[in-house]
Amino acid sequence: MTAQIFVTLKKTVLDPQGQTIQRALNSMGHPEVASVRQGKYFEIELTGVDKATAEATMAKLAEDVLSNPVIEEFRIEITG
Amino acid sequence: MKFGVVVFPGSNCDHDAWYAASANLGHQAEFLWHSDSSLKSSDCVILPGGFSYGDYLRCGAIAKFSPVMASVKKFAAEGGYVMGICNGFQILTECGLLPGALVRNRGLKFICKEVLLTAATANSPYTCAIPTGAELRIPIAHGEGCYVADDATLDMLEADDRVAFRYVENPNGSLRDIAGVLNEGRNVMGMMPHPERATEPLMGSSDGRMVFESLIQSYASQLSAAK
Repeated sequence: MTAQIFVTLKKTVLDPQGQTIQRALNSMGHPEVASVRQGKYFEIELTGVDKATAEATMAKLAEDVLSNPVIEEFRIEITG
Repeated sequence: MKFGVVVFPGSNCDHDAWYAASANLGHQAEFLWHSDSSLKSSDCVILPGGFSYGDYLRCGAIAKFSPVMASVKKFAAEGGYVMGICNGFQILTECGLLPGALVRNRGLKFICKEVLLTAATANSPYTCAIPTGAELRIPIAHGEGCYVADDATLDMLEADDRVAFRYVENPNGSLRDIAGVLNEGRNVMGMMPHPERATEPLMGSSDGRMVFESLIQSYASQLSAAK
């Protein structure tokens, strides 16, 4: 089983890195790129747990460790 | 007064803090190793600047799980003085001892220069010896020093007089020009600028001494009140 965890800055938090990336993409001739938000991606392999337990555990780990709830939010996808 | 300076893997201002407290302020200072839980009877714990655990995951995020931090949290809860400088401030926000978070500087650049600060309150063990309105010349050196928190938290900090320091000219985009904040008990303080790097004329400024002198004075009055 694999958990994929996406951590991104909250919409209310300015993302200067994303803005810089957006300007770079625009300057490459892609004016259609209207906004870029940068984030982090974690791929976690799990063994010996059922999906429901994995979902609960991953949510807790994402909340406590992988993200900082003051500035970030996360999304979890579990497959396999 | 005895200062304990925590040494994490990747700390690089630990010796600066130790030197400021001992050589320049004339007090006792000892290093506290991150994997020990003993605070060696320190009266004030300093979390120094640097890149603890390589800034992996987020600045300060891994340090909060080290054994010494469990002791620091307990010490803080009992009213002990805890000062986080730069990466130390990031650690204090990550482990929940201080509100808010430090994110990438608005201009994306690592900024290393002297800035002017004012103490936003005289009612704290870290600012009580600083004359009202005085501008302190103290260096900053950080890439992720932009202080953010939601409006409700910022309003609460201001209403409770918990902003310790403000930038005269905001270098990094910090909300409401905040350079340092206090916890509810006012015994824990985190700041991005480096007062320990401004404690003798040779360093270019001695203004950082006032932060340490405030602490030393507060500790002395706490001791005499206890007698």
